[in-house]
Amino acid sequence: MGLFILRRVGVMILTALCLTFLVFFLTNLYPNLEKLAKTEGNFRMSDAEVASWLEKGGYLQPLPVKYGEWLGVLPSYTHTAENGDVSGRCILPGMTAEDAPRYCGILQGHWGWSTVFKDEVGAIIGTRLGLTGKLMFWVMMLMVPSALLIGVLAGMREGSVTDRSLSTASIITTATPEYVSGVLFIAVFASSAVGLKWFKGTATSAMENANFENFFLPVLTIALYGMGYIARMTRASMAEVMTAQYIRTARLKGVSFPNIVMKHALRNALIAPFTVIMLQFPWLLNGVVIVETLFNYKGFGWTLVQAAGNNDIELLLGVSVVSVIVVLVTQLISDIGYVYLNPRISVT
Amino acid sequence: MEALSWGGIIAQLFLQFTPVWIALIATFAVSIVFKRNLGLYGKLFDSVIGMVGFAIVMFWVYTALFTGLFDMIATHDALSQVSGMKNKVPGTALRRPEDGQFAWYLLGGDNLARDVFSRVVKGSVVVIQIAPLATLFAFMVGITLGLPAGYYGGRLDTVLSFAANLILAFPVILLFYLLVTPEIVATGLPQYMAVVLFVFPLVFFAVLIHSRFRTQPGKNKLYLAVVLVPLALLYLSLINEAGSKIAFWPLDFFDVPGGILVVFVSVVFVNSPTVFRIVRGLAMDIKTRDYVAAAQTRGEGPWYIMLWEILPNARGPLIVDFCLRIGYTTILLGTLGFFGLGLPPESPDWGSTINEGRKLLSIYLHPALPPAFALLSLVLGLNLLADGLREESLRD
Repeated sequence: MGLFILRRVGVMILTALCLTFLVFFLTNLYPNLEKLAKTEGNFRMSDAEVASWLEKGGYLQPLPVKYGEWLGVLPSYTHTAENGDVSGRCILPGMTAEDAPRYCGILQGHWGWSTVFKDEVGAIIGTRLGLTGKLMFWVMMLMVPSALLIGVLAGMREGSVTDRSLSTASIITTATPEYVSGVLFIAVFASSAVGLKWFKGTATSAMENANFENFFLPVLTIALYGMGYIARMTRASMAEVMTAQYIRTARLKGVSFPNIVMKHALRNALIAPFTVIMLQFPWLLNGVVIVETLFNYKGFGWTLVQAAGNNDIELLLGVSVVSVIVVLVTQLISDIGYVYLNPRISVT
Repeated sequence: MEALSWGGIIAQLFLQFTPVWIALIATFAVSIVFKRNLGLYGKLFDSVIGMVGFAIVMFWVYTALFTGLFDMIATHDALSQVSGMKNKVPGTALRRPEDGQFAWYLLGGDNLARDVFSRVVKGSVVVIQIAPLATLFAFMVGITLGLPAGYYGGRLDTVLSFAANLILAFPVILLFYLLVTPEIVATGLPQYMAVVLFVFPLVFFAVLIHSRFRTQPGKNKLYLAVVLVPLALLYLSLINEAGSKIAFWPLDFFDVPGGILVVFVSVVFVNSPTVFRIVRGLAMDIKTRDYVAAAQTRGEGPWYIMLWEILPNARGPLIVDFCLRIGYTTILLGTLGFFGLGLPPESPDWGSTINEGRKLLSIYLHPALPPAFALLSLVLGLNLLADGLREESLRD
């Protein structure tokens, strides 16, 4: 087991390195850098001025070197001006060149400076991730129990009316992307045109104090899309377990139906959905981006859109590092959990 | 002209869709009469869910066909603005309709005084054009790489699976933002990706034909020429675009309208790793069967076994997944439109119109709801169709 985890972690780190390099490459293409120079310097720079601005910032070094510096495994670039002033990535304002550390990449905790929010990338990501964490927590609290309940109820008696109606309902929720269901919910529950006005159409106030009125719609919107898929998986696995021999034996012994479901079937039926729930995280990340934009909830997904839309290279890199790590860690947990829950699978 | 009541609107909508109803009824009548001779497609008409799904999907396909080819269903132009119709409620009559112009905005006007109904109908053309074709390309890529990965296994499988997992671990929206922004498009990167991704259908068909007719050189050359020459011409004109990084004159017969190629490439790129994983899994399962062993004993080549023994036997799950994946591609296209990526801002596709409509959602509902329902119904139809197909293909 230890070796298995070790190997998976190794692959995970390799994947993370490849992906961040890819993002680094795409964000550091010359047109992006030129745009950065023009927004940070001024818009009427000539090509030569752009080149010298980029040269000064160390943006014109070879890509692997830049990546190594950003990661913190290569000494950071410094630029010596003609009058002897030394500037560089590591040298923050009010610091002399001698005091500055030689290495400053994400491994040293130096995430860079966001040009949109005018703040440290690390600090921005920290607060935004906290806000999104709050959203995700409530999404999970709503989505997982209801999806499992729907799946178990539907799979308990395959082909019954309950099964048919619940399955159709879960197909409908999987067919409704967040930007459709969100728009529908706002239209019905929040707009003055219908007039119900039960909830608020924006979740901006939920960042400070979340309550049912301003937070329920975004949570429901994300939860609904994932719910159908998990419910269908649970239904399939429940239906399979219910046809197993040991369930028949239990029935013949005279165990009551609720007891069979609760004590015999449920534990085996929940192995497959566990993996699915963990693998839902990448999709939830998508949902978070859409819903946070739609409801104007300034969390992690909203930050991603702002960073990508405004060519904020360092923030975008930070955001992608975090999201890639979240995805990979959940994949790892789902693999390990699957092995742990299902004694029939062995890692060797 | 009087404004229409809700009953009037529904009646007019029903009339506008007349060609679609006729085509639908004809399709169903013919299919049900001959359903015993039509294989899996015919069996679809045994399941209610499958029929409902098929009807919804074909409704949009016919709508797109009649709108795109014959310009029939839409009442107005998708881009023309009519004065005095800004944000007007459904059924409002035009102030001064010209001769031959349709006198009402059936589903109201949007914030630029364009007809919502016509935009939804024209949007179906964009979606029906891109989604199935992009899915088909993703399948070509996934099949061409997934079959050898599953069949040979070993190092090839490790490398390809690692690459697939790499793309799968990437948040889709971030990828779209990285690929579709104008700066990156200017570097020609999406075009280079198109060069790589669009070559897979060519490879697929070349290997498919060659592995079958390799012992009959005459037939082999004929079939290869018949299939590959048009495909190669299509391929060259597809990746060629005047004024971009890849532009060589003589082989550019048509241009893909602005942004669509980029959208197409990114959707194919995102979809193909999932298809790869499915095909790989199926190939690993099927290669242990007896008929594969029989073919190996006969001395057939590996590509013959993969494409003519394994692939036909994996068709059931692949067809089901194809339907589901078209739905997923539709959702992705909508996501792109929702974030205003790729397609031009005035494009009538559903994602863009939902995005435009949502900004005034608390006051005016009618611009956002019709495209939302259209997208929902198409994806739902595809899901139901896939469910019906799965049920029927499992039955035997």
